[in-house]
Amino acid sequence: MAEAKFDEMDHYKQAELMKFDFRPPPTGWMDTPTDFRPGSWIYPGKAKHLEYLDLPNPREWAVTDEDWQLPKNWKEIVLEGMRERLSRYRTFKIFMDICVRCGACADKCHFFIGGGDPKNMPVMRAELLRSIYRKDFTALGKVFGKLAGGRELTVDVIKEWFYYFFQCTECRRCSVFCPYGIDTAEITIIGRELLGLLGLYVNWVIEPVANCFRTGNHLGIQPHGLKDTLEFFAEDIEDSTGIKVDIPLNKKGAEVLFVTPSGDFLADPGTYTCMGYMALFHEIGLDYTWSTYASEGGNFGLFTSHETIKRLNAKIYAEAKRLGVKWILGGECGHMWRVLNQYMDTMNGPPDFLEVPKSPLTGTVFDNARSTKMVHIMEFTADLIRHGKLKLDPSRNDHIKVTFHDSCNPARAMGILEEPRYVLKNVCNNFYEMPPNTIREQTFCCGGGAGLGTDENMEMRLRGGLPRGNAVRYVQDKFGVNELACMCAIDRATLTTVCDYWAPPVRVTGIHELVSNALQMKGAKDREVNFRLEEIEHWKQKAAPAGRKEGSSDV
Amino acid sequence: MRVVIPLIAVIILFMLAYFGVEAAGLQTLFGVVFPYIALVIFIVGLIYKIVRWAMVPVPFRIPTTCGQQKSFPWIKPSKLDNPSGTLGVIGRMALEVLCFRSLFRNTRTEIQKDGPKVAYASNKWLWLGGMAFHWSMLIVSIRHLRFFTEPVPGVIIGLQDLDGFFQVGVPVFYATSIIFLLAVGWLFLRRVVSPQLRYISLANDYFPLFLILGIGTTGFLMRHLMKTDIVAIKNLTLGLLSFNPAAPAEASGMFYAHLFLVCVLFAYFPFGKLTHLAGVFLSPTRNLSNNSRVVRHINPWNYPVKVHTYAEYEEEFGEKMKKAGIPLDKE
Repeated sequence: MAEAKFDEMDHYKQAELMKFDFRPPPTGWMDTPTDFRPGSWIYPGKAKHLEYLDLPNPREWAVTDEDWQLPKNWKEIVLEGMRERLSRYRTFKIFMDICVRCGACADKCHFFIGGGDPKNMPVMRAELLRSIYRKDFTALGKVFGKLAGGRELTVDVIKEWFYYFFQCTECRRCSVFCPYGIDTAEITIIGRELLGLLGLYVNWVIEPVANCFRTGNHLGIQPHGLKDTLEFFAEDIEDSTGIKVDIPLNKKGAEVLFVTPSGDFLADPGTYTCMGYMALFHEIGLDYTWSTYASEGGNFGLFTSHETIKRLNAKIYAEAKRLGVKWILGGECGHMWRVLNQYMDTMNGPPDFLEVPKSPLTGTVFDNARSTKMVHIMEFTADLIRHGKLKLDPSRNDHIKVTFHDSCNPARAMGILEEPRYVLKNVCNNFYEMPPNTIREQTFCCGGGAGLGTDENMEMRLRGGLPRGNAVRYVQDKFGVNELACMCAIDRATLTTVCDYWAPPVRVTGIHELVSNALQMKGAKDREVNFRLEEIEHWKQKAAPAGRKEGSSDV
Repeated sequence: MRVVIPLIAVIILFMLAYFGVEAAGLQTLFGVVFPYIALVIFIVGLIYKIVRWAMVPVPFRIPTTCGQQKSFPWIKPSKLDNPSGTLGVIGRMALEVLCFRSLFRNTRTEIQKDGPKVAYASNKWLWLGGMAFHWSMLIVSIRHLRFFTEPVPGVIIGLQDLDGFFQVGVPVFYATSIIFLLAVGWLFLRRVVSPQLRYISLANDYFPLFLILGIGTTGFLMRHLMKTDIVAIKNLTLGLLSFNPAAPAEASGMFYAHLFLVCVLFAYFPFGKLTHLAGVFLSPTRNLSNNSRVVRHINPWNYPVKVHTYAEYEEEFGEKMKKAGIPLDKE
């Protein structure tokens, strides 16, 4: 067998990876150069994507190059960019000023816990930027320089920013523990914006952004391709249930526009969750439509700049208006819901052409979304279950012992904690929580959020995934947990690797995949396989006697 | 260096005042001129800082939610950790400022290499030290009002009596003096003992610590070991307050050193991290309610951006859409 490369999981031996401690190096942090070792950084954004998006300084370059081909006046650009942002974001200004370096955040970051690099302590990550702020924007720093914690802005500082601002997943866990609520996600977003002014992007983020701008989704699926994909899903649903589900696409006058992260179209196990939505909507007869133009709920703009968030997010309201729907329903995704909850209405609202969302089945008015007009599918499904609108048999999931991973953004930028648990408990009999320090508002990132989930970043992903993987391992050992449920497309993609590495053979699933297992669809045949087309042993046993009876009464 | 230079700076400041008074007779400079200057810098500087912060807009509503959102009547929302309205925000902020609620959550993470196992233990020492330090400093400051009032209000005397409840020593030791000195000492020690904290600490972190430690120590010495003329001091403070000051020669060099260090603290306050006192109230992750789906939050500098319109999209993909039977606008 060929030796595994640095972008493959097997390249990393656990014992080797764990050879670190939390003791910082002997040299001070300003004098410790950045170690650009393979596996810990991401390839730069390709020129064509920057050009497509009208972003500055498009060129081909490599992280390992000595010369990153910055614009001639790069320093001026960065300092002017900082000045502008200090006058636009109170968060940035205040977070630069008031940190007391108490260290409460230090061991709250998954990258620090799994790697021990002191510059992955959230406080330190902010200091990388704060030191420049002090030197150029504060009286003390101007007078006392290095003694007051200031430092000169150099090309090495820019390289260090690039390395560490793309080692932060903007998960906000540190901001839960900070006595002043200093949010490293804010620092990282601004830091990445400043890098962007120099044309420093990573391809794993900027290619999806360019794709999304053009085709409507990160993956670059064109309209006919999306139709094929959904038809393919419908076939699998039919194979599993015998039911043919509709695929309403760009349908004008539908009641609801449904938007989900495009990861659900392509990456297993997200695809099964997508089939779960389709089956559910068919079962309840929801008058809804997909859109090929707004075929992305996620928003890699969040990992690029505020302006890019807005440029990508604009499609959702625009499409809702064009199609004349009444309200919008959003699928299982993490950072997507940060954008929908905290940015969308401010940036692209008000959507006064929509109506306050109302479930056509239960009559529930979603008052908590009366301005944005966009409902989380977990709210929607929880409400259906609460009103007894779904025929569910949780024992259908008895082969699964499931735990639940709160995704960072739904937890810490929204607070949707109980709805998914309510749904899970109604569709599964065996649900076990991970330890309290690793769930809800204290949940750990998958290690691949904020555009870091690419294979060339494998070492950092495995390190960052340690706290989550270890918590999964804990419930695996204690309760025999064999599936990890989550409601985030990035999680579904990256936690698969994390579990394979730290807690094999635990599998990853979306919640609506579990819903679809338990859902007793009207007119379904005796199901023997799930949407993964796997034969489920106890479904077969159950199906034999009970199924025949039901079948005969139906006919 | 980051530890030594601030320490030397504070020692020099102490000696400047001590010998300036004892040897050079600069009572008026240290007793009248510096206090006024320091107070002006403190007030003007802090107001300037706060106004500067307040002038910067809050473009997005981005509270860090630490509990369940308000959604259905049958799901209990977390009113304080995920406030949906102003009352919740006030409660959240009050808990933050008065009880250091976020610090109370603090944990310590440890890794056992076999396995490996990541373990989390509750770690309240920083919270305890922080609470002890801030609260005792507040009470000590309030106690000091007895030097600025005549007659001294009953509240202050009551607080003083409570603080000296144990009646130990002559004059009585105040509980808060002891707690204050221990807490500052602990906050300093953890900075130098913990490798990570030492790594992140700057001279700007040690300087105020040494300054406050110096203020506490000189105050403690004056009360319990080196007697100073309280009547003379009170004449000075009341004189300062009535803008008719006279620096008494009877007050000791130790007193002037104490006063000078306080002046330096006041003057330093608006320039560094001590502004967290005011900044915490303005922190957008803590002082906003999580209601951005209910009420539209306005960004004052929201500007139009270049988007890819549906018309442009259909222009590019229309043929393929038509072939696939996806409805078009241009039909």
